[in-house]
Amino acid sequence: MIDAVGNPQSILLLGGTSEIGLATVEAFAGDRPLRVVLAGRPSSRLDDAKTRLEGKGCAVELVDFDAQAFDTHAAVVGKAFAGGDVDVAIVAFGLLGDNEEAWTDAAKAVELAQVNYTAAVSVGVLLGTRLTAQGHGSLVALSSVAGERARRSNFVYGSTKAGLDAFYTGLTEALRPSGVTVTVVRPGFVHTRMTEGLTPAPLSTTPEAVAEVIVHAVRTRTELVWAPAPLRFVMSALRHVPRPIFRRLPV
Amino acid sequence: MGTGEQRALHGWGRTAPTIATVVTPRTPEEVAAAIAAAGPRGIIARGLGRSYGDPAQNAGGTVLDMTGLGTVHSIDVDSGIVDVDAGVSLDTLMRRALPFGLWIPVLPGTRQVTIGGAIGADIHGKAHHVVGSFGNHVVSMTIVLADGSIHELTPDGPESELFWATVGGMGLTGVVVRARLKLHPVETAYFKVDTEQIDNLDDLMRRQTEDDDRYAESVSWFDAVTTGEHFGRGLLTRANHATLEDLSPKQRKDPLKFDAPQLLTVPDVFPPGMLNRWTGRLFSELWYRKSPTTLGAIQNITQFLHPLDIAGEWNRGYGPHGFLQYQFVVPKDRGDVIRTVLSLVTEAGQVSALNVLKQFGEGNRAPLSFPKPGWTLCLDIPIGPGLGELCDELDRVVLDAGGRHYLAKESRTTPEAIRRGYPRLDEWRKVRAAVDPQGVFASDMARRLELI
Ligand SMILES: Cc1cc2nc3c(=O)[nH]c(=O)nc-3n(C[C@H](O)[C@H](O)[C@H](O)COP(=O)(O)OP(=O)(O)OC[C@H]3O[C@@H](n4cnc5c(N)ncnc54)[C@H](O)[C@@H]3O)c2cc1C
Repeated sequence: MIDAVGNPQSILLLGGTSEIGLATVEAFAGDRPLRVVLAGRPSSRLDDAKTRLEGKGCAVELVDFDAQAFDTHAAVVGKAFAGGDVDVAIVAFGLLGDNEEAWTDAAKAVELAQVNYTAAVSVGVLLGTRLTAQGHGSLVALSSVAGERARRSNFVYGSTKAGLDAFYTGLTEALRPSGVTVTVVRPGFVHTRMTEGLTPAPLSTTPEAVAEVIVHAVRTRTELVWAPAPLRFVMSALRHVPRPIFRRLPV
Repeated sequence: MGTGEQRALHGWGRTAPTIATVVTPRTPEEVAAAIAAAGPRGIIARGLGRSYGDPAQNAGGTVLDMTGLGTVHSIDVDSGIVDVDAGVSLDTLMRRALPFGLWIPVLPGTRQVTIGGAIGADIHGKAHHVVGSFGNHVVSMTIVLADGSIHELTPDGPESELFWATVGGMGLTGVVVRARLKLHPVETAYFKVDTEQIDNLDDLMRRQTEDDDRYAESVSWFDAVTTGEHFGRGLLTRANHATLEDLSPKQRKDPLKFDAPQLLTVPDVFPPGMLNRWTGRLFSELWYRKSPTTLGAIQNITQFLHPLDIAGEWNRGYGPHGFLQYQFVVPKDRGDVIRTVLSLVTEAGQVSALNVLKQFGEGNRAPLSFPKPGWTLCLDIPIGPGLGELCDELDRVVLDAGGRHYLAKESRTTPEAIRRGYPRLDEWRKVRAAVDPQGVFASDMARRLELI
């Protein structure tokens, strides 16, 4: 259960090695040790994440999860809920890909679309059903400002996030009567493994800072947040910039 | 009773709402039927939802609205024994019994609680040091268990263990459908009240230690906003039931008159943070000033016991994020904890407008009953940044001093804190498990605090 001041007792992280996801779990765990389920592909990084969270007093369980193995998703979610209620579920898996490769290689494009969009929709449906049955809970989906307006430099990724964003925005409305809060998080450029070597966009941020935004959103049941918060206004302005100008902006 | 309706439920603090199917049974048989029909998320009884946290809600499961069982079956004026349904409120019972000169010995800060809720939380009032808690006055109760069977329990009968596990058991042993209570005779519906303005915490506590035994009712309110030498200045109000002789000739014409006006209902429009340090200070100042020291004043029930009942739904005044009450008890010799707790609250910049301090008398046999000899303090704080951390810190201070939390007010602590505070928890669990092996009775609080 999430208590009166917004402390959850259990978290499911889909994308168990996601830096933003793990930073979020750690931020919650900083106040109270949690029961954590990390769902991801078996790897030494996943094991390290487990060890690190256990060091903070959390009880951690690993569940094998392959985003592209759609027909296993129901079983994965089932396992995650087997140990009791899940108070916060975070959908944090995703690929950035190489845009030039992705828009010229159909297989690469499909992979991005399947992981970032199709798989996110698949687990979204399954989580929605589970959370409705338990009558409470918080579902966090990691979208991106890249989905708000497609840019030449990463529009394949952007299009997958646009799809995810639309789905979870709708899910927010659909699940509200069930007592479930869905939060769509739109980070800007976050310094992580995924963006290593890329030139940071303005207002770039860190996984820890995004985690703080997420924790606050879950505590206050906020349904849509940007990280950092000022991006909300930047994006709102950018959406209206005429194409010829937008094309030339260093974003 | 219908098949129920999906509804969001929260406690009086308006925090942590969850969705449940709400069913309103009108007979014990309908209660049994609802229990039989409960799904995997189980079922819990709900009275008037005056608990602050989540004990009377059950996410994804069934919640029984007990107010459908609302009959006062009989009042025996000679013995003082009343036979009532569990959904009857203390307000209703008082209106019915007082004309016969019968007084409910345990009254909490609001009369809007049901008999079932009063038993479930084993509530206490300002008279605890004399009369103990609610369970002490229950002569017998009728309970529907997980298997649908209906039992009559008494404090010393063959199933006395289950009786005492139900007292303070937060609805987790079964559904109380009816109870017989022993009321006390009184001559009038008035109190003879001594109010003392005391300008610092130490003196306030000293006065309560010295001569509480001279009064049937005793409580103090103090200011947690003012710092410095007047830190903890407060009002000590203590009273005895007024006798006929104490009343004015006019009052004497109708000595058992009970009128409890509800003057206003607070609208649901308050912004967050309306209660801040400035309004809190103003409130504290007004409250302190309104009652200079006066001895022997004759006051009616609302004036003395339930000043807050004048405004219905006043909890809305805290705004959309709600608020919490932090209530604990620490042993008699750890009165120092009160000062420590207050300092921590003011240092954290939190504002608690209503602070109620009282000394408890002896506790009873119920393993989860809250009162035990010592000091109980109740703080009232709006939800905001830093509150969770502050309360975690208060938990450490309280538990290290051998104290514990009141479950009827609890909304954010850890299972570990409850285990430490209630050393008889396992004993209670055993009694519960014997009558509900499948865990049919479940609530958000039970899940959150791992009570079951
Ligand atoms: C303004 C205010 C002042 C208060 N002052 C005091 C005070 O001075 N002293 C004090 O002790 N408390 C006080 N309280 C708390 C209140 O007395 C308790 O929370 C009480 O339990 C509320 O009763 P309810 O009928 O609203 O029950 P609910 O809050 O609906 O339920 C409380 C618990 O009782 C269980 N329950 C309810 N009905 C039944 C039933 N029929 N069978 C089995 N279990 C049942 C529920 O499952 C739940 O666990 C105060 C509350 C408010 C709002």
